[in-house]
Amino acid sequence: MSALGELRTMAKGRGSGRRDVRSKNPDNKAGFAFLAPWLVGLVVFTIGPMLASLYLSFTDYNLLQPPRWTGLDNVSEMLGDERLWNSLRVTLTYVVVSVPLQLIFALGIAMLLDRGMRGLSFYRSVFYLPSLLGGSVAIAILWRQVFGADGLVNGFLSWFGIEGPGWISHPDFALGTIIVLHIWTFGSPMVIFLAGLRQIPEMYHEAAQMDGAGKIRRFFSVTFPLLTPIIFFNLVLQIIFAFQSFTQAYIVSGGTGGPSDSTMFFTLYLYREAFTELDMGYASAMAWFLLIIIAGFTAFNFWLSRFWVFYDD
Amino acid sequence: MTTAGSQITSPAQLEVPLVAPPAGGRRRSLKLTPGRIAVYAALTVLAIIVLYPMLWLFLSTFKPSSEFGQNQGLLPESPTIDNYLKVIEGIGGIPLWRFFSNSLLLAVAAVVGTLFSSSLAAYAFARIRFKGAGIFFAAMIGTLLLPFHVIILPQYIMFQRLDLVDTFWPLIIPKFLATEAFFVFLMVQFIRNIPRDMDEAARIDGAGHLRIFMSIILPLIKPALITSAIFTFIWTWNDFLGPLIYLTSPENYPLPIALRLYNDQTSTSDYGATIAISFVALLPVLLFFLVFQRFLVDGVATQGLKG
Repeated sequence: MSALGELRTMAKGRGSGRRDVRSKNPDNKAGFAFLAPWLVGLVVFTIGPMLASLYLSFTDYNLLQPPRWTGLDNVSEMLGDERLWNSLRVTLTYVVVSVPLQLIFALGIAMLLDRGMRGLSFYRSVFYLPSLLGGSVAIAILWRQVFGADGLVNGFLSWFGIEGPGWISHPDFALGTIIVLHIWTFGSPMVIFLAGLRQIPEMYHEAAQMDGAGKIRRFFSVTFPLLTPIIFFNLVLQIIFAFQSFTQAYIVSGGTGGPSDSTMFFTLYLYREAFTELDMGYASAMAWFLLIIIAGFTAFNFWLSRFWVFYDD
Repeated sequence: MTTAGSQITSPAQLEVPLVAPPAGGRRRSLKLTPGRIAVYAALTVLAIIVLYPMLWLFLSTFKPSSEFGQNQGLLPESPTIDNYLKVIEGIGGIPLWRFFSNSLLLAVAAVVGTLFSSSLAAYAFARIRFKGAGIFFAAMIGTLLLPFHVIILPQYIMFQRLDLVDTFWPLIIPKFLATEAFFVFLMVQFIRNIPRDMDEAARIDGAGHLRIFMSIILPLIKPALITSAIFTFIWTWNDFLGPLIYLTSPENYPLPIALRLYNDQTSTSDYGATIAISFVALLPVLLFFLVFQRFLVDGVATQGLKG
C-alpha cells in the first residue's frame, strides 16, 4: 500500500493493523530503543525547526542580532510584496502546467508499453533514466545549452528555416524550458502507472470485450477507473514536489530567477530572502505561507478525489 | 490506533510484490501486426528524443569551446580531450578529485546513516508493539509530505550556532536520524510482508528483538536495503540546496556546487569545460543506473519513490 493509501486508511479510522495493543504485552522499552534515532531526528530536525520557523515568522531576524518580535509585520509586508506575488504566480503556472502534462504523457506511454510488448523492459529503462538525472545540476546546465540562442533546439529549427529565439534568455519562454525539463522526467510516474496497469485483472478486460466494449470504451470503463487511485497518488505527490522545485530554476537562470523574474520560483525568492538578504523572519513567514498553500492544494485534491477516484475495496 | 503488530491489512499489499512480475507476464500474442509496428516506431522515436540530449552531452565533451554555438550536431568537427584535461585541473586552484571525493564522502556517509537508522525505525514500526506507535507512524507519513522549506531555515540557524556551517556534519547527521521518511516507509512495507513464523519461532527460543532484527529481518530485507542504498546515493550525489546552503569554502564543495562555479564564472567563455564536468558529475549515476536498473525501476514501481 502506498503512503497515500496509508493516510487514507488512517483518515477512515481503521488504522493499518488496528489490533488491541494491551492484550499482548506491549514492549515499550524495545520499541523506543529501536525508534530512538528516528525520534531524535523527528524532534531535533522536524518538529523543533517547524515550531522555530513558526515563531520566526513573527519576528525580524538577520542572524546577527537576536530576533525581534514584530507581530504581523511580515504578513502585511508579504501582502504588499509584488515580487512575492509574481513568484507565486510563476510557481503556480509551473505546477498547474507541468504536473498534468507530465502525468498525461506518462500514462499515455505506459499504456503503449502495456500491450505485452517485447523489449518492454528496455523501453521502460530508457524512459526512466531522465527521472534519475533530471534533478541534477548537470542536466540543468545541459538545458542551458540545449535551449540557448545557438543551442540544439534552434539548430533543429533552422533545418526548417525557422530562427528560434534564445529560449533561456527570453522572459516569455524561460519558464517553458523548465516545464519541458519536468515533462522530460516522465519516467518515474510512467513506471508507477505501468505497475498499476499490470495489476488490473485480465478478466475485466475480457468480460468487457465479450460485452462488446471497444478499445475506447474499455479504457474509460475498465482501465481508467481502476487506475484512478494511482493517478491520484501521482497527482498529489507530484504537486507537492513541484511546489518545492528549486535547483532547475536556480541553475537555468544562473541563480537570478531571470530574465525579468520569469523563472523566479517561490522557493528561489525564499532562498534569496533568507541567504542573500539574511531576512530569516520574512523567509520563515514565506515558508509557512508555502506550507499552507501546499496543504490547501492537497486537501482540495483529497476532497476532489471523492468525485473521480474509484476504490475497489 | 496502532500499526505495530500489523501484518497484511489490505489486499493491495498482497498484490504488490516488491519485485514486479517479469515483462510480458500478460499473455497476449506478440505477433507483429501493422499496429504493433507503429507502436514500436513511435516508442523508438520517443526513446531517441529522450536520449538525444544525453548523447549530445557526451559527444560534446570532445568539442573545443570554439565549436559551441557553431556546431550543434552530435559529432565534434575537431575532436579534442582538452576539456577533460582542463576539468581535471579543477577550478580556482582546487583539483577535480577534491570535488569528486567530497561528493563521494557525503554520499557514502548518507547511505550508511540511512540504512542504519531507517531499518531500526522500520523494525520498530512493523514488528514491535509499543505505546504511541500509531501516532508516531502517522507523524512519519506526515514528514513524507512536509515541504522542507519550513524546517530548513531553523536547521541552518541551529548548525550556525553550533559552528558547524562549512563542515559536512549538517549534511550527514540528519541521515543517521532517519529523516528521509521514504526509506523508513519502504522498509516497513517490506518487513510487513515477511511472514512472522520465523520471528515467533526465534522468540520461543528466547531471542530478543535485537537478535531477531539482526539475524532474521536484516538478511530478509536485503532487496529493500539495496534499493534504499542506491536511491540515497543518487539523491545525495545530486543534492544541490543542502550543500549550497551549508558549504561555503570551495575546497568543501561537492560536484554540483563546483559545477555551479563553472556555470557562473565561465558560462560565456568555456562551454567545453562546463559540459565536460557536467558529464563527469553524471557518470556515477549513469553507472549505478546501468548496474542496478532493475532495483531502481522496481523500487519506483512499488513504492512510488519521487526519484
